[in-house]
Amino acid sequence: MPTALDDAPAVKAAGAPGPRRVRRKRRGVALPYLLLLPAILLELLVHLIPMIAGLVMSFFKLTQFYIRDFSSAPAAGLDNYKFVLDFNFAAGKSLLGSFWISVLYTVLSVGFCWLFGTSAAVLMQKNFRGRGVLRTLFLVPYALPMYAAVITWSFMFQRDTGLVNSLLGIDSFWLIGDNSFWSLVVVSVWRNWPFAFLIVMAGLQNIPGELYEAAAIDGAGWWRQFQAITQPMLRPVNQVLLLVLFLWTFNDFNTPYVLFGASAPKEASLISIHIYQSSFVTWNFGLGSAMSVLLLLFLLIVSTVYLGLTSRRRNAVV
Amino acid sequence: MRIGKIAPALVLALAAAATTACGGGDTSSGAPKELVYWASNQGTSLDNDKAVLQPELDKFEQASGIKVKLEVVPWTDLLNRILAATTSGKGPDVLNIGNTWSASLQATGAFLPFDDAALEKVGGKSRFVGPSLAATGASGQPPVGVPLYGQAYGLYYNKKLFAEAGITKPPATWEELVEDGKKLTKPDKGQWGLSLQAGQVTENSHHAAILGAQQGAQFFTAEGKPQLASDPSVAAVQQFVDLMQKDKIVNPSNAEYADTAKSLKDLSDGKAAMFMNQASAGSFKNIGMDMANLGVAPIPLPAAAPPNGRKVTSFVAGINMSVFKNTKNPDAALDFVKFMVSAPEQALLNKTYGSLPTVQDAYSDAAFQTEDVKVFQGVLANSAEPMPQVPQESQFETLIGTAMKAMFADVAAGKPVDAAKIRDQLNQADQQIAAGS
Repeated sequence: MPTALDDAPAVKAAGAPGPRRVRRKRRGVALPYLLLLPAILLELLVHLIPMIAGLVMSFFKLTQFYIRDFSSAPAAGLDNYKFVLDFNFAAGKSLLGSFWISVLYTVLSVGFCWLFGTSAAVLMQKNFRGRGVLRTLFLVPYALPMYAAVITWSFMFQRDTGLVNSLLGIDSFWLIGDNSFWSLVVVSVWRNWPFAFLIVMAGLQNIPGELYEAAAIDGAGWWRQFQAITQPMLRPVNQVLLLVLFLWTFNDFNTPYVLFGASAPKEASLISIHIYQSSFVTWNFGLGSAMSVLLLLFLLIVSTVYLGLTSRRRNAVV
Repeated sequence: MRIGKIAPALVLALAAAATTACGGGDTSSGAPKELVYWASNQGTSLDNDKAVLQPELDKFEQASGIKVKLEVVPWTDLLNRILAATTSGKGPDVLNIGNTWSASLQATGAFLPFDDAALEKVGGKSRFVGPSLAATGASGQPPVGVPLYGQAYGLYYNKKLFAEAGITKPPATWEELVEDGKKLTKPDKGQWGLSLQAGQVTENSHHAAILGAQQGAQFFTAEGKPQLASDPSVAAVQQFVDLMQKDKIVNPSNAEYADTAKSLKDLSDGKAAMFMNQASAGSFKNIGMDMANLGVAPIPLPAAAPPNGRKVTSFVAGINMSVFKNTKNPDAALDFVKFMVSAPEQALLNKTYGSLPTVQDAYSDAAFQTEDVKVFQGVLANSAEPMPQVPQESQFETLIGTAMKAMFADVAAGKPVDAAKIRDQLNQADQQIAAGS
């Protein structure tokens, strides 16, 4: 990218005297960095500084006694980490429980989002009457305001007055107890699969039609074409899609918070809700920060391993 | 990559609080004094609160020359807003706080202590209703505010359903409540003896406190150490959960009830015969209940007092008014508090909101001579006990209330909740409170 930007001013300044050309060239080198500066500053302000503050907080016993004056909070050393990693102790036990719930939630939600998104995108490749309308309808969950959409689900899941029980002709609980986890998965998949659909559809546009034509001439059926052309050609798109969905889903706070309120049922208490409760409901900011840092580390490790594996595989293929 | 966002959220909140205009009122010399007031949501909506309060604030401005800028804050946001303001030091001058948060907020040191001199400025200690004043901070320390709206729990009952079941008076003991509840429970008709907000964390914690006191529980030691998993606490929680589990006088659907509206409606529609709640005659009227059918009595006590059991039928509920220590206008703030707790304002505001005055001299108003107000007044004066006035009170409410919510969910799903399970949950709550102490 710098080559293109460097070249442009150089071409324009071809007839200019030497020093002026150098100055322009220097300005051309600096320009991309200048343009990036606002984004870097915002990134610092919005992400990095709070992350560093969170890391520092995790080493202090920061409770309601000290929130007025952070600097007076006593150092906790590694105590907060010991608390949350001691799985015989309440904080650690419940954090571990939330972790496994988040893992299962992520696997199911990402899996179904990918499956539905890919299936729909492949089906939408064929030209048929009403395709445009159907494609628009598929995007509705993604286009709706998150809060309004999820709160509507919470009404539908009510035991006595909800649409779900009325349609199924049963009287189950969906917002409390074991089923609350499945409610969460359903809402999450409903909300996020259009994103997978969009991305996969964009990926499919880049597959040359000639490949399918050649395959068809060779006698390959629909399924064979999907296996031999669509899937391999979509791999780079899927690698990014799955990583993004994983990060969004594992960290998901909005869906359980809107669906269940601040105190989600224990069966649907994702790790983000757990951290929120520790930090903002029971006012133990140090403990909450330690959990956040551990979550950050976990996501970093998973992302790094994933990126490493996928890039090695890509290189191997190349 | 959006990671580690919970802890940074605090910092963001603080940054936002520091940069937005939530600072105290203007103090530039010569300019008229101005206060910022955060009122909690007491009425039917935020707009309703503004409509009720603004004329009173205008009245205060006319009399004192002090302008009060009002912001009504929903309950769901209030505590986090207070915490952000506490951290940034840029809070309002005067604000309402739920009185159960008193000791927790007192521990932050962000509020003006109402020592004897400050109390004298707002009319003197003796004017206030004793139990309400006791719920303004840890004992032995100057209060962290003064009571503004008084509240207490009572047992509402549907007189029509009682008459149909041949029951002539409200239950006087807990055993009678269960017995009457069974007579009034007819699941085939969609009628239940009692409605509970079993999915509401704070409501559950309030009932744990009331029944806990009846059983003789002390949730914290004198040194402030949590002891939620004691025998009387376990017995109290078991007693409450058994209303749905063993006595079966509560519709299992109530495990989902996370707000008061549904229970109010159940009583009004005849789907429930009894409901334990804070004074809410105004709300019953709003949803169209035939007020002739509405009766109220104190929450009953056990027939035989358990060892160390206390005669408590409510906790001291209500709203306090506090002053931020950072206010640049402490005198104006105290003048405003004095105005709000004056007898005419107390009568007017509490009449409007259906709550109880917190000063003795406001009770002469005819609005507080009705039968139901007398019941609540009697409860508040004679059998109400503040929630534990310890810094960890907010943790206590959240943890015990959440545990009870989960227990009701189990009961509704047919999973038994026995004493061992309750003790285990309360032990975990103890550990978590201790971690934040």
